[in-house]
Amino acid sequence: MAREFTPKVITANALLEGDVVYLTENDSWTRHLSEAAILTDEADADVRMLSSEAQTDIVVGVYLADVAVGENGPEPTHFREEFRRTGPSNYLHGKQAELH
Amino acid sequence: MYTYTEFDRDFVAERNRQFRAQVERRIDGSLTEDEFKPLRLMNGLYLQLHAYMLRVAVPYGSLNSGQMRQLAYLAERWDKGYGHFTTRQNIQYNWPELRDVPDMLDALAEVGMHAIQTSGNTIRNVTADHFAGAAADEVADPRPVAELIRQWSTDHPEFQFLPRKFKVAVTGSQNDRAVIKAHDIGLRIVERDGVIGYEVLVGGGLGRTPMIGKVIHDFLPEEDLLPYLEAVVSVWNLLGRRDNKYKARIKITVHEHGLEDIRARVEERFALIKPAFKGVDQAMLKAIRADFEAPEFRSGTVHHFDAAYKGNAMFRAWADTNISEHRNPEYAIVTISLKAHGETPGDATADQMRVMADLAERFGHDELRISHEQNVILPHVHKSDLPVIHTALKEAGLGTANIGLISDIIACPGMDYCALATARSIPIAQEIATRFDELKLEHEIGEMKIKISGCINACGHHHVGHIGILGLDRAGVESYQITLGGDATQDARVGDRTGPGFSADDIIPAIERIVYTYLELRENEDETFLNAYSRLGMIPFKNALYNQEQAYAAE
Repeated sequence: MAREFTPKVITANALLEGDVVYLTENDSWTRHLSEAAILTDEADADVRMLSSEAQTDIVVGVYLADVAVGENGPEPTHFREEFRRTGPSNYLHGKQAELH
Repeated sequence: MYTYTEFDRDFVAERNRQFRAQVERRIDGSLTEDEFKPLRLMNGLYLQLHAYMLRVAVPYGSLNSGQMRQLAYLAERWDKGYGHFTTRQNIQYNWPELRDVPDMLDALAEVGMHAIQTSGNTIRNVTADHFAGAAADEVADPRPVAELIRQWSTDHPEFQFLPRKFKVAVTGSQNDRAVIKAHDIGLRIVERDGVIGYEVLVGGGLGRTPMIGKVIHDFLPEEDLLPYLEAVVSVWNLLGRRDNKYKARIKITVHEHGLEDIRARVEERFALIKPAFKGVDQAMLKAIRADFEAPEFRSGTVHHFDAAYKGNAMFRAWADTNISEHRNPEYAIVTISLKAHGETPGDATADQMRVMADLAERFGHDELRISHEQNVILPHVHKSDLPVIHTALKEAGLGTANIGLISDIIACPGMDYCALATARSIPIAQEIATRFDELKLEHEIGEMKIKISGCINACGHHHVGHIGILGLDRAGVESYQITLGGDATQDARVGDRTGPGFSADDIIPAIERIVYTYLELRENEDETFLNAYSRLGMIPFKNALYNQEQAYAAE
């Protein structure tokens, strides 16, 4: 039996700035994980991955990342994704500085 | 110092023009990422976890004050006001934007610097002893030959698509400060009966399969060096495992074929290509040597130094750890620590870079070096100037007296920046340094090299740390594996794994238990941790690490 599809978001880096970005419900890109579309259907995720990967003039390195569904939308399930949405731990740089 | 010839300037300018056009074509959509990626990597540009990263070559770790000031300018203008000095004597900028990179490269070219071959499957930036030209124990300055190798390897048509990256390190001393035994090729300048030659090691490397380099030639005549290197790389270029990137490095090729087989192939290839080297390389080497002539050392009283050493405890502590013996007895080699307790190993702000540049210009014959241990060196300082240098460094937050001690930690960027990392390195380094500073133990512990890598690729040289720490992802949690007894010197040795890893919370107490065990069991203060470990073996440390409830099995 195929493995159950767990909730995911589509994420990548912005071509120009390198920032971590997420795909939203309306197929645009956001810097905020909380605004990312949560994908729960594998077929839907596959189609959106195809269209995301095609946007090579906006993003680089598109992939699906596991998330948990929290009160404020998607939450990372792995520490790597936690760092990606926050920024480095040695300086207040990256998203943690820019978004708050 | 080597200064760019017209050829060098034109070459770098042309590459920068090409790359500027490639970036434009990437942005306007004419190039896909798949097409662009190898092009940007050839020019040192990575895409990391949060941003692009530009790795700038500091050939054999040598630079002058003007170059250091330009590095500060780049940090301020296009980054977040700092740069990160790496274990390959390079500097990395963590936050450039794609559009700005061509301007950064042009700014570097203004001072004879570039980012070429700092990435990709090419011969990478050649590294060397950071005390080159200054060390008291040196047979000859390794930088001229390192520069010759840089020129030979840059854009070498045969070696632009190697099976994997290829790293060369050179030392001119018996005491190895350049970790030559952990490089694809390690060179040691040796003297026999007044004649200079090279001991050539091959097949060293760290990463997932650590290997100590083996001597493939014990005394290579000077004029044979380039054809011999070319033969080695050429043999590997054909034999290297392109089918498996984890088996592609020359260390695996040497391991699989055996040293004798590789040596025979190299000899055969050497005989074939040697006639093509008609002595042009030797003429070039002669010209390069003239660029590396020692500065005119001044002579004068060292009274200021003696007085400060007697009268100022803080200066004395710094001088005891951060000063090394210079070949001129009136001079000293200063190592400036980029390891202030609690700070990121290897990071320097733009202001700090300018302070170091000013000191080099005013007191240091305009020379600076970057060490693979992520510190900055003033190689030629008259001892009478040391007190004023120490004062200036202290004011800039650069006066930490900890070279060679437990807080002088090598750490790769880890998962705070690196896309390949499996765990963070920097916070572990920060916590260890802070903890042992609080305990006021580091001078009592004495010589101790902790090296931390955030993944198996071992940029943090953990295999050759007296205490090595490797950060891994174990079932979605950061886990840190410890090795003991590694050695990065002429007696190079890969450390032994202690056992299961420790969580991020448990790794600092684990390191403490190792250190306390050492302090308890050492014969006297002169027995270093490394010596104590080779006498005692793993057992007492293993007991201290695991025979407690807080130890947990992470795997």
